[in-house]
Amino acid sequence: MRILRAIFGHGSGRIGGIIVGVYLLVAILGMLGLTPHNPITQYRVDRLHAPNGAYWMGTDLFGRDVASRLMAGVGQSFTVAFFSVAFATLAGTVLGLAAAWLGRRWDGVLMRIMDVLLAFPAILLALLIVTVAGPGTWTSVVAIGIVYTPIFTRVVRGPALSLKAREFVDAARTFGSSSSYIVTRHLLLNLVAPLTVQVTLALAWALLTEAGLSFLGLGTQPPAASLGLMLSDSRNLMETAPWLMIFPGLAIMISILGFNLLGDALRDILDPKMRRAPA
Amino acid sequence: MNYLMRRLATFPLVLLGVSILVFVAIRMVPGDSITAMLGTEAGLLTPAQRDSLAAYFGIDQPWFVQYWRWIGGILHGNLGISVTYGRPVLDVIIERFPLTLELAVLSMIIALAVGMPAGIFAATHNEKLSDLGVRMVAMIGQSTPSFVLGLLIIYTLSAGFGVLPAMGEFAPLWQDPLRNLSQLILPAITLGFAFAASVTRISRSAMLDVLSDDYVRTARSKGASARSVIWRHALPNALIPVVTLSGIEFGYLLGGAVIVEQIYALPGLGRMVLDAIQQRDYALVQGAVLFIAFNFMIVNLLVDLAYVALDPRIRLGEP
Repeated sequence: MRILRAIFGHGSGRIGGIIVGVYLLVAILGMLGLTPHNPITQYRVDRLHAPNGAYWMGTDLFGRDVASRLMAGVGQSFTVAFFSVAFATLAGTVLGLAAAWLGRRWDGVLMRIMDVLLAFPAILLALLIVTVAGPGTWTSVVAIGIVYTPIFTRVVRGPALSLKAREFVDAARTFGSSSSYIVTRHLLLNLVAPLTVQVTLALAWALLTEAGLSFLGLGTQPPAASLGLMLSDSRNLMETAPWLMIFPGLAIMISILGFNLLGDALRDILDPKMRRAPA
Repeated sequence: MNYLMRRLATFPLVLLGVSILVFVAIRMVPGDSITAMLGTEAGLLTPAQRDSLAAYFGIDQPWFVQYWRWIGGILHGNLGISVTYGRPVLDVIIERFPLTLELAVLSMIIALAVGMPAGIFAATHNEKLSDLGVRMVAMIGQSTPSFVLGLLIIYTLSAGFGVLPAMGEFAPLWQDPLRNLSQLILPAITLGFAFAASVTRISRSAMLDVLSDDYVRTARSKGASARSVIWRHALPNALIPVVTLSGIEFGYLLGGAVIVEQIYALPGLGRMVLDAIQQRDYALVQGAVLFIAFNFMIVNLLVDLAYVALDPRIRLGEP
């Protein structure tokens, strides 16, 4: 509750929080199928209608309702973004803590593996994984999750290393606390703040990567809706039906903006050192 | 020097990891490269013809033999033969790389030329309306995916002015500089926009930090002009985070901007790798990914060395 109050007391946090809240609502409605029309039903007599009372955001080439597809697409994008970031957070935290706690050879080996993954351009690594496993929602989740795991590993390992050298960890050892107790209670709990900021910012990147993969035809597969796919489909029709490009484009942009604003606010709130110079 | 040697010593290890990862991953893609290359015509091949093609491209051997041969070839400057192009992989990469490099350089120039003055302006007008305006635009810029901006630019040009971006066959810089620039300027703006937004935010934040330091206050109290305080005293120290961000971003851009190349139909490195993955062109994917990873590591190393040049107090490699 305290963190929510802090977010809503922060200028950009308030705007980001409202945007993310609205998107979450739209995503849930989209996932539950509570859309104005069925997102995959083709109303062939109503093809390429401009926005009107019946179709708030118009219809596409097959007569499908753009607003309903947008809602389903937001649901799809958020599902991929949340699960992929959860994957990366979990994997990155375990690996980062293991590298910091076990140290020496384990640290070296784990961090070199992370270096290998980081040396790959993110979108190419995701493309390769998706091509290997075949496009689809869960493939995108795993691909984006793997791409962002090294970043979380680094975010956790650095502070974990410095926490490990602190007196309270030595004290816990002296009192006979087990390694798992120290790692979970003393290290992990102290890493919640940087991880929360990273998770929020990673959600913005994950939305961007999911949209990029779908744009290239390697994410969500038709006839299911996805914002990137809708945008890609709009390319040949942008002059005759610009709404097909404008609405999904804005939807992607505003969702990323929401998470970026929220991430910035959280950084200000949770990391007082940054407060002096908010960017 | 020690740091440089230690960093260089990790290069072969990381590249070895990248080579194993890409080698295994591309072979896990369902289907084979000969079928992908010939399409339906592959069905007309006799088993003997298929075998001889596989032998020509070196994909008839077990995995470990193929890997060993590939690594051996790399040490002799031979990255293999591309199934799609029927030419040495290195030649194909060298042909595509100038476009990618030029696009990355142009995007960085745009980002620095717009982002740094905007960031400095915002920092020197901290908490004023103009600062808020710059920060808002920067935040929106950072949240605009390149493919959204790219499509918006194309739409605005075609709907508003009846023109389309210069596409068609790509003209290299040294052959037709004007046509080359007309083909690359819009993609560079598309990529440079979000990049400029990040530069703005980081320059503003770094300048604010530096402007509140004691030595800047001392310079001010000694009567240094506002211009001199910003350009001579504050800016050099505020450059480090800008260099880091620009370097990392530039390193990523050298790997090719797949989506922007796709939107503007540019024959860059990113689109080449995307096509090569879909064509199961093993040698080309492997060679290109290794090349991209190597560039990325070199750029990162140069960024680290630039720290020392900008701030002689920094000793790399020390805890």
